[in-house]
Order: sequence, then structure tokens, then C-alpha cells
Amino acid sequence: MQEDALDRGLKKTVDWRLIVVYLALMLFGWINIYAAVQSGEPSSIFDLSCNSGKQALWMGGAIVLAALVLFVISSYFWESISNPAYLVVLVLLVLVIFMSHNVKGSHSWFELGPVKFQPAELSKITTSLLLASIMSRPGFKMSNIRHFIIAALIVLIPMLVIVAESETGSALVYAGFVFVLYREGLSGWFIGLIGMAILLFVLTIKTHWWISLIVVGVAALYYFIHYLRRTSSLRMRRRVVRNGLIAMVAGVVLVFAADFFFHHVLKDYQRERIEVVLGMKEDLKGVGYNVHQSLIAIGSGGLTGKGYLQGTQTSFGFVPEQSTDFIFCTVGEEWGFMGSLAVIVLYGLMIFWIVQDSERARSSFTRIYGYCVASCLFMHLFINIGMTIGLMPVIGIPLPFFSYGGSSLWAFTTMLFIFIALDRQEKKYF
Amino acid sequence: MENNNRSTKLLIGLAVVLLILLGRLFYVQILNEGYKTDADNNSLTREMIYPPRGVIYDRNGKLLVGNKICYEILVTPREVREFDTLALAAALDTTADFVRERMAYYHTYRSKIGWQTLTFLKMVSSETYMRFAEEQFLFPGFKAQVRSLREYPFNAGGNLLGYISEVSPEFLEEHPDYKAGDYYGRTGLEAAREAELRGSKGWHIYRRDSRGRQKDSYHDGDYDVQAVPGKDITTTIDAYLQQYGQQLMKGKKGSVVAIEPSTGEILAMVSSPGIDVDVLADFGRHYGTLSKDKNKPLYNRAVSASYPPGSVFKLVNGLIGLEDGVLQPWMQYPCYNGYVYTSSGRKLGCHTHRSPLNLEDAVMMSCNGYFCYVFKSILENPEYHSTEEAYRHWREMVMSFGFGRKLGSDFPSELSGNIPSADFYNRYYHKGHWRFPTIVSLSIGQGEILTTPLQIANLAAIMANRGYYYIPHVVKASEGVEIDPIYYQRQYTMVDTLQFPKVVGGMWKAVNALGEGGTANVAHVAGLDICGKTGTAQNPHGKDNSVFICFAPKDNPKIAVAAYIENAGFGASWACPIASLLVEKYLRGEISESRLDMERRVMTTRLIR
Repeated sequence: MQEDALDRGLKKTVDWRLIVVYLALMLFGWINIYAAVQSGEPSSIFDLSCNSGKQALWMGGAIVLAALVLFVISSYFWESISNPAYLVVLVLLVLVIFMSHNVKGSHSWFELGPVKFQPAELSKITTSLLLASIMSRPGFKMSNIRHFIIAALIVLIPMLVIVAESETGSALVYAGFVFVLYREGLSGWFIGLIGMAILLFVLTIKTHWWISLIVVGVAALYYFIHYLRRTSSLRMRRRVVRNGLIAMVAGVVLVFAADFFFHHVLKDYQRERIEVVLGMKEDLKGVGYNVHQSLIAIGSGGLTGKGYLQGTQTSFGFVPEQSTDFIFCTVGEEWGFMGSLAVIVLYGLMIFWIVQDSERARSSFTRIYGYCVASCLFMHLFINIGMTIGLMPVIGIPLPFFSYGGSSLWAFTTMLFIFIALDRQEKKYF
Repeated sequence: MENNNRSTKLLIGLAVVLLILLGRLFYVQILNEGYKTDADNNSLTREMIYPPRGVIYDRNGKLLVGNKICYEILVTPREVREFDTLALAAALDTTADFVRERMAYYHTYRSKIGWQTLTFLKMVSSETYMRFAEEQFLFPGFKAQVRSLREYPFNAGGNLLGYISEVSPEFLEEHPDYKAGDYYGRTGLEAAREAELRGSKGWHIYRRDSRGRQKDSYHDGDYDVQAVPGKDITTTIDAYLQQYGQQLMKGKKGSVVAIEPSTGEILAMVSSPGIDVDVLADFGRHYGTLSKDKNKPLYNRAVSASYPPGSVFKLVNGLIGLEDGVLQPWMQYPCYNGYVYTSSGRKLGCHTHRSPLNLEDAVMMSCNGYFCYVFKSILENPEYHSTEEAYRHWREMVMSFGFGRKLGSDFPSELSGNIPSADFYNRYYHKGHWRFPTIVSLSIGQGEILTTPLQIANLAAIMANRGYYYIPHVVKASEGVEIDPIYYQRQYTMVDTLQFPKVVGGMWKAVNALGEGGTANVAHVAGLDICGKTGTAQNPHGKDNSVFICFAPKDNPKIAVAAYIENAGFGASWACPIASLLVEKYLRGEISESRLDMERRVMTTRLIR
């Protein structure tokens, strides 16, 4: 049957656009990893003693993995293992807390000799699979509160365990699943309220709690005027008033809770990072050092950049973690705004095409999984690049396909190619 | 369709977020120029070129403070490759532990240090540097930089010259034009003339390539800056006289100041005990011991100590009396071992001498009683309505001699001394409750009067010039170095110049009228015509202070000297020989045969432990 599939027009069934973008990002990432190498002597890009050489090996592995997922493993396999895979990875997520060494304050890495891997990377795949599997069952409805709670738990459980591993960055990615839930029928108010909550949180710690309260008041006023004018039945009006009051009380509680949370619950380093991002603290040597150096590197690139391997900032080690979390600095410095634009456009296209393919799929499983992949990619893109240009706190998560590191590259490759395989399955029947 | 609608909304959201990222990138990369400059700072290296500090000469062109070359070893930790720790330690004459400790430090802070070059070792001698230079190729990342250290070829004027030291963090905060590692003058001339001596630093700018090595000159050196050497300073000090003064003052506490009356130039300024120049060269090491020494060698007594002037002050009172018309040179006053100034019989004592005396003889014999009468007639002058008014007038006259205020010399840490104000007595005794007897000790330079040795030397210069002085100063104008024109202006006292000869006569007799009871016969040197006035000032801490001021020759004087020796007894016993020896040395170049014994006695006696 696999032979058969190959014969029936790879050209037509496989979404080659995604694979081209995937390869482009991976290769561009690779040459930037080479540029970010800071050893004194120029060395070959394949030199195994530096990151670019190792990355070449990882890339080779990733392509083999992609081929396996696409051509060898049946696309039905993934849905069938979604339950056990989710559970196994969850167990690993918990185990790693007790079994790992402390890497920069986080307990999220398994170390087996020279091989290191983060179960959190796998968890994104298994969570997506289980979410897709559960939500694609006949009769599943977002508007059913029980169903909603099940979907939410599938996301929240691994997310909380990862928070316990002190990998706040990876956990934040899970917030992206809310887009999937929204697509599948979650009320838009939900996203709106989350957005409002974030706004209130920022306002409260950056300005004053009373400014936040004014915002709550204005929002409530808008809500009441807007909906009371549109509803005429008494019952509906009562509901509007009740919901509005609940939301208002929740808003007020949140304002004070945010104040308390920020000053009494967050650890010092977390609070400082947030303060630096919000511009409340100018700290060029401590927490702000990374962001400052990163901005210098990216900012000095100008329109067209300094030219490949001509960067002075990233290759000198002014920017920390320059081949992993801060790889985008090298792009910004050596390729300038044009390079940044290219990278963002590539990611944008990839996410757009995944969404497009998902919408075309007849199988709900494929569609929901596709949205999961798109959401994860989006969150990584936004958090990672946002961090290098000072829009987000310094949260160490990689740029998918781009950053140095085998475990992340392989996980994202698998995740993407599962979708490509699912999508291909759809197209076989057209 | 509801779901398609949602998908569109999500895609719009995606587009908005991506546009936010691009907008921010557009701002950071294209609109904001600041980051580009910062990047240059990160990637361009400046190699500093330190200018040699200006040197200091004496008035005859003899080098007092020179420079000697030393080296600093710099290290760029990122460029360091594996090396033999022991070999480096041996080459640099340090310990392997030191090297290890530094390297460990660089490793710990490597991300902060980046490509910076840091100072590894300071004050490396030329010999050590030569050894290091031979093996330098073994230690990539290490290099040497020329710095200069102070060198003192002539042991003269330690306290006067001052010392330099590396800038402290506190100093840097107040002086942003200095950078860590710079040196600056801390005290004395080094501090007073820092602006000229310092020069300005230069630098080469190098670019680093993408591999981080120093690549080439930035813009072919267009932005390089040449170092400008510091300007040399010529002082008014006579190195030999200064050195001779230091020898005379050895083992005594006090100071000697010599001034050229016709210019106000300070020829010698000795503060004893002082610091030797070899201490200056390596000041950091000695600072601890010196600052704890109970004799305070770091303290420049000549300008920063104030004492009661004692009898030399009688000259001032005499002159004011003459100017006010309450004293005439022929006036005689009786004195029988003192002056009784209260009805209850309180007496200000005097030594035994013939009586009565006229002004000239009173100066010669330093009669206390006579000058009590003088001061009494000044304060009870019928021209003024009250003692207070007369006192205010007297104080103004005294201050015109440079007392009770800073003279304004070009030397730092000059004190003003004290001539108590009328307000002070009003507060102390209540207004209207103090009169001449209350403050009788001012007649003879005791009581609340405080003066610095520099001020009494200036008085000697005023006597020499018969009524005016030039503000004493230590720096001569020379090429590129200007001095304030005020140092070229005569400063007249409020006493008419015609009054001065009447008192100077007494000063001449004090020294030269042998066998007539003059107090300063010890200072007599045949043919030099020294005029002088002794003083013996009470010191609450032990023996009296020995004071002497003089100038010579009587006509057309070349030198005016003040010597103030703490706890040394009568003016005639120590201050007088020291000052007169200094005068003789300066005018004759050698000490006459008959006075050699005295010179030996002065040089070998230790009055302090």
C-alpha cells in the first residue's frame, strides 16, 4: 500500500510548499549557526567540534525522520497511539523533575551520556495528538461544559507539570492551544477575557491599581451599553447583567490579585525579567544585559545587514546563547531588516499554509491537529523573536527548525511531518 | 460559515502579530541609530596611549620630579590560548598562584568581559618587561603597555611636591574625564598643577574582524588621537636650599619657609618631619605607616599648621602704633620684669633688661612691657569711641599683612590662621565687657592669634620690602605654563611704607648690635646684614615654640625666612640658628668657619623621638 501511495503522485498529494519552507528555514538557520560560532580559527561548517557541524548531523537525522514519518509510518498510526503516547510522555515529564540535573535552574532535561532531550518537546506533539483525537470524536461540542473541561485539562496538565520543571517558556507555548479551542467553537469572549486579563495585569504592575479599575469600569460600561441595547427580552437582559457583573467582579479581583501575585508570588528573577520588558527597569548588566546586547546586534544590522560572517556582535559572544535562543540576532545583524523580513515571511507562510490545509481537510482529526501545529509554531515564533527585540521577557525557547539543537529540531520535524502525512492522506482521495 | 469566519479571524490575528514584530524590527534596525553606535563600541577597540606626565624643575632648571618608564601587562582573556602558568609567572616575576587566580577570575566573568582587554599586572619594571618581551610569543593574548612612574633624582621637597596615585572609584564619580587606571596628583604640587601636568591621552582605534581578532586601523587611523604630553612645571624652589633646610630641620618638628621678597617666590618650604622622595615614588606601600605616625609626616605644616606667632608679632603692633600716631620712635616706656595690667596686680612678665626703652631697643630686646603700652594706646586711641571700634580698626590693619586669611598662594591646603574678630570677643565676654586688659596677650602675639609659618615668612618679606609683599607662590611662569597675574602685583599693607624703617632698625640691632642685649645675636654673620626678630610662643603642649623671622641683606634684601620650631624653647635657641644658616647658605653658598659648630649642633640634634 505504501508503494501504492508513492505511485499515486507524490507531487500532487504532498504539500511541497511546506517542505520547501521547512528546508529553507533549516538551512538558513544552519548557516547562521555557523556564523554565530565564535571560536578563534575559521573552521569548516561541517567541523564536528562546533555547533554548525553537529547541527549538520542533526539535520541529516531530521530528514531521515521526516522521510520515515511521511513514507514509512501509516498516517493512521498517530491517531491510534494518541492515548498511550500522551500518558507515557506525561510520566516522562514528571520523572524528569526528579531525575534531571539542574540546567540553569530548570529540571527538564534527560541526560543519557552525550544525548540530552527534553520531554517537553515531545509533549507538544502528544498533547496535540490527544487533543485532536478527543475533539474529533462525534458528538464533541465545545459548548458542552464537560467537553470543554476535558479539552482544557488535556492542555493544562502537561502545562502545569512543565511549569513545575521551571520551564516557564515552554509552558507558555501551551497557551497557544486556546486558538485551537477557539477555532473549534470556544466562545470568542474567552480569548477576549484572557486578553483583558493580560492588559489588566500589565497595567496594574506598571501603573496603578486604580488605573486598572478605571479600565475595568470603562469596559463594563461598554459591555452593558452594547448588549442591553441589542437585547429586548427581560430574561436575556438579566443574563447580560449577571454575566457583566460577574466579569466586573472578576476583573476587580484580578487587579488586586495581580498586584499580590507580582509582588509576593513571583520569584525575584521572574519579577525582574517582567520589569525589564515593561521598561520599568533599565538594567543593562544584569537581566537586561541579554536583551540590550541582542538589540544592539539586531539594530546594528540596518536595512541590508553587515554581510554574512561580517557580524561583530553575535560572533564575538556579546550576545549570549547566540546559536540557540538568540539565533535571530545573527540574522538581524548580518542580514539586516531584509533577512528578518524573510524569516518572518517564511514562518508566516508556513503557518498560513498549515491553516489553509487544515481548513480543507475533511477529517476533524487532521484539522484540529493542524491547528495545534500552527499554534505551537506561532507561539514559538512570537515569543522567541519578541524576546530578542525586547517585546517579550527573556524566556528561553528555541526558534523552530532554526535554532541549534537536535532535540528541538527533531521534535518540530516530527510534529510538522505528521501533519504533512495526515494532509497527504486527505488528498489521496481527491 | 461560522467556522470559516473564525479561521479568518485567527489569520487576521496572525497577520497583525507578524506586523507588530516587523514594525518593531523596522524601528530597531532602520529608524533607531543608537544601536549602531553601541555596536561600534562593542566591536571597535581603543588602545590607549598614555602621555608622559609633565616633569617638575627647580628654579635653576634642576630636575626635582622626573618620569621613569614602567610597564603594565594587559590581557585579552578571549585571545589567551593554553600557556605554561609557571613560565608566565617566572617571566613576570610573580607567583603561579596569582596567575591562576586571575585566569580563574576571567573565566568566571567571561561573558561580561567579552573581548575587553584588562590590566593583568601593574608597575612592571623595565628589566622584568624585557624578560617578558622575549617570551611574549608564548603567551598569546598578553601584551605590555608603557606607563610612566614618578622618579625623584633629588631628595628635596617631598611634602611640597606631593604624590600621585591611581584614581579611586569615588574620584571617578566626580571627574568623568578620568578613566579607571589613570593616575592623578593627590597632594602638593602634583595636585595643584594636575591640569598642566596631566597631558591628554591618545588612542589607536582598531577594528575587530568577525573572528574577533584585532584586524586593522579603523579608517586608516583617521580617528586616532595623539597623546599630548603633560606640561613641565618650573618651580620657584631652590633645590639645594630646600635640601639644606630639610637637613637642618631633621629631628625637629616645625617648618621653615624662605621667600624671595622682590618676587614673592618661595625658595624653600620645609615641613618637618616630612616625607622623603623615595617614599613618594612608591607611596601606596608607605601610606599605612605614614598616616599612623604620631608626628604626622604627611601634613604640610608650612601652610596647614597654625600657631600663635609670639613676639614676631610685636613688629606688626609697633607698625600699627606708628601709623595710628599713638606711638613715636622716641617714646620710652618703663618695664620692670613685666607689665601690670589690672588693678589687682596681674602682670604680663618680661625678661630682665635695662629700662626704659625706646621703640628700636624694645624691638631689639623684644620687650613685652613696651608692646603692652603700644597695644594699649592703639586700643584706647581717643579717635575711636570704644575699644571695640579701635579693635575693629586694628584687626583690619593686621589682616592687611596677610594674617587671619588665606594668602592665596598657588599651593593647596593653605590655612587662613585666625585673627579673632570683635564679634568673637562680644560673644565671649559680652559686648562692652572687654577692654585692653582683657586681650592684653594680643600685644605680644599670644592669645587667640593663630598664624601659619607661610604667613610669618610673608611678614618677613613685608619687613624686607618695607611695606608690601607679593603673594608667595611656588610655580614660575614658563613655556606653556602661565601663572595668575596677581602674583606679579604688589600687595601693600595699610601701614605707610615710611613707618617701616623705624622698626627695621630694631630688627637690625637685634642681630647685629652685639653685646647690647639683642635677642638674635646668634644669627649674626659678618657682612650679611641680617635683620631679624625672635619669638617664643607659648605652647600648651610642652615647651615653648621657637620662632624667628629674618631677611638679608638689610638693603635690597634677597631672602626672607621664617622658622617655626615646635617645643624647642627660646627663639634664639633653635629657630634663630636654623633661619640664619639658611640665609647664609643662600647668600654665601657656604657656612663661615665660626658658625660650623653651630651648623653641626643643629644638624645632629634630635628634638623629637
